[in-house]
Amino acid sequence: MSISSIAFSNEIRKAVLKMVFEANASHIGGALSMTDLLAVLYSEILNINPKNPLDESRDRFLLSKGHACTGLYAALALKGFFDLKELDSYSKNGSMLLSHTNHKAPGVELSTGSLGHALPVACGIALAAKRKNKAFKTYCLLSDGELDEGSNWEAILFAPQHRLNNLIAIVDYNKIQSFGLVKEVLDLDPLNRKFESFNWNVIEIDGHNHDQIFEAFGKAKANLIKPSVIIAHTVKGKGVDFMENKLLWHYKSPSLEQYRQALEQLNSQ
Amino acid sequence: MRTAFINQLVEEARKDEKVFLIVGDLGFSVVEPFANAFPERFLNAGVAEQNMTGIAAGLAMEGYTVFTYSIANFPTLRCIEQIRYDICYHNLNVKIVSVGGGYAYASLGASHHATEEIGMLRTIPNLIVSAPGDPIEAKAITRLLVKDKRPSYIRLGKAGEPIVHSGINNFTIGDGLCLHKGDQTAILTTGAMLKYASDFIQNNKLNFGLYSFPFIKPMDAIMLKQISQSYQKIITLEEHQRSAGFGSAVLECLHDLIEQKKINSIPYVKRIAIPDKFISVAGSQDHLRNLSGLILNTHN
Ligand SMILES: [Mg+2]
Repeated sequence: MSISSIAFSNEIRKAVLKMVFEANASHIGGALSMTDLLAVLYSEILNINPKNPLDESRDRFLLSKGHACTGLYAALALKGFFDLKELDSYSKNGSMLLSHTNHKAPGVELSTGSLGHALPVACGIALAAKRKNKAFKTYCLLSDGELDEGSNWEAILFAPQHRLNNLIAIVDYNKIQSFGLVKEVLDLDPLNRKFESFNWNVIEIDGHNHDQIFEAFGKAKANLIKPSVIIAHTVKGKGVDFMENKLLWHYKSPSLEQYRQALEQLNSQ
Repeated sequence: MRTAFINQLVEEARKDEKVFLIVGDLGFSVVEPFANAFPERFLNAGVAEQNMTGIAAGLAMEGYTVFTYSIANFPTLRCIEQIRYDICYHNLNVKIVSVGGGYAYASLGASHHATEEIGMLRTIPNLIVSAPGDPIEAKAITRLLVKDKRPSYIRLGKAGEPIVHSGINNFTIGDGLCLHKGDQTAILTTGAMLKYASDFIQNNKLNFGLYSFPFIKPMDAIMLKQISQSYQKIITLEEHQRSAGFGSAVLECLHDLIEQKKINSIPYVKRIAIPDKFISVAGSQDHLRNLSGLILNTHN
């Protein structure tokens, strides 16, 4: 399938909406906020082969915010890592598609769900690539809320020390965490200066602008000295107007009426 | 034990280029032989055990056989969720090594007493849990685990423990070891209590059986079955809390054997373990063992 990243992001959003609605599940807001990042990654950036998901030379992508797994499952199914029909089983009895990212699904590198786990693992993978002289890159997408976890800051301290220029972190900075605004729970600002002072290459973008996202990955890959972080300013619930910037949509599943309304909005985008 | 471990690890790393060692800013005057011989397969991750354990998972995903190494509770309790989720759920080839099991770092205080980790770790699926009893066992277990792909934990003592075994043969993962058979009573130990139990039997000229169980998980059920059929009394001895440790694992296994109708009755079992308490005074390892009642008596 060859579709532009913007059309791809719309397909992901519709699949996410359907999964969450049919499973009566949570976490749609955080899945929609990172959708444009995933769409560019999976259509333009990652060197991956759906026919050989464990190809040794592949780029590694780790989703640290495992609760937003519907976005990743949709991207993988749309790319052909597994059958699109599999998405219908999401969160149902016996499904490999748990409602936190599960490595039993083809194309998923790491199971996540407990926050603050993937960046240390990504450091290990990137370190292995350096020690073995492998050219692949390791990408790790984090939420803003999970930057509360100290384990992330251990990894943020580690990566520049070991010159992990093959590591690219992305922060889905949607400004809302589980039980409040990031600013009011544990303020991260100035996040760019925090990463800069830890010796990271910092790139700050609008996380819904596909040109900016594409360009940011290019800049990150071009930095041969430091690990890079892309701070992507995003909107929780992006794409469905009544879900945007609402904490409620960290938890709520749409009603039938809301589902139809949301789908209509996505269909007209 | 730690010397036996590191020497064996260096030997294995010479033969197997996948062996990787990560330390949590500890190992001064112990790990240097490995670090110097294999700088490309050595890492000091700093004082950051959660990250160290996540890194180990990432390296293992890329094909390395990774050993994490630190002391007391730091490579285990401090990062137990990384052990459970990153390593064990993904069934990765990581070996967690803790030096200073039990009260080995006696005077350093409760922060450095590793007296609960066996109970916590043995509930985690996929994880092998071991506590060698002397340097011979430590060396043999290191050799076995390098060849095994499963996640595992090794509780080591410190430096300078005496050798108890004259040698061990046909040893594989999960095996208990019989040092000598006896008459009515068998003492079963795990970890560094082995030497004390051996001395106790010799000094008192007792006709007791002595068994070392370097693996708490998997437990050697076949050996336990033989013991339960040969002795009237079993004494378990461990440098660990009474709850959920080695003695508990022995009782569970004996009960499973009854349930599976593999044995008809269970011998009297006396568990000697730490009675659910912290020690908050200074002292030698022997002194702390005494304070916790880790003592064998001829009338036990
Ligand atoms: Mg957020």
